[in-house]
Amino acid sequence: MIANLPLWLSILVSAAVVLGSALTLAGCFGLVRLPTFYLRIHAPTMGTSLGGGLILLGSALYFSLTQGRVVFHELAIFVFVTVTTPVTLMLLARATLFRDRVEGGSAVPPSFRKPEPLATEAEMQTGIVETKAD
Amino acid sequence: MSLAILHWSLFASQLMLGLAMLAALWRIVSGPRAQDRILALDALYVVALLLLVTLGIRTNSQVYFEIAMLIALLGFVGTVALAKFLMRGEVIE
Repeated sequence: MIANLPLWLSILVSAAVVLGSALTLAGCFGLVRLPTFYLRIHAPTMGTSLGGGLILLGSALYFSLTQGRVVFHELAIFVFVTVTTPVTLMLLARATLFRDRVEGGSAVPPSFRKPEPLATEAEMQTGIVETKAD
Repeated sequence: MSLAILHWSLFASQLMLGLAMLAALWRIVSGPRAQDRILALDALYVVALLLLVTLGIRTNSQVYFEIAMLIALLGFVGTVALAKFLMRGEVIE
């Protein structure tokens, strides 16, 4: 850290860094506290989106105002983490869903796709089955 | 004055990030199934990356950003490979 730091910059960087790490801590705390895997997979994304974004914003402010360099490192890290986290978590959730459905336990969340009705009421009364054009 | 504010807030944030790493580590050790452990490992490397960024502010050096970038790249590849392994039973088919 350098000696002659302006007060507003110090306060701004401190607020961003503390808020970001508090959000990250909340996310990892949710990883411990939440009961099932499908709830737990939402928790650490707080750290990867807003928490990490605030910490990297504080770092970018500090270095761009004290050393006069272009803010590129933090932006690159932020973009990379924000783009890759949904990809990995979606792959992981699909793998978990596949494993749970193969095992057929009670922990599997229900499918959103409704089963096709065998016959409508009008078809049952008349006995004529109309083919639906999709 | 301003240096003290920055110093203590960085101390507090590093303490919080360390606690977050401990929470993720607890889930890695005690996770009931493999997918919980992979999820906690994913969270753990992101928190380690953020801890390195705060360390870079504290020591006023830019070496840590290269390491943070490296952790981001390798963590993504590792988590994708582990998720693929859970899904298919092998990584490269």
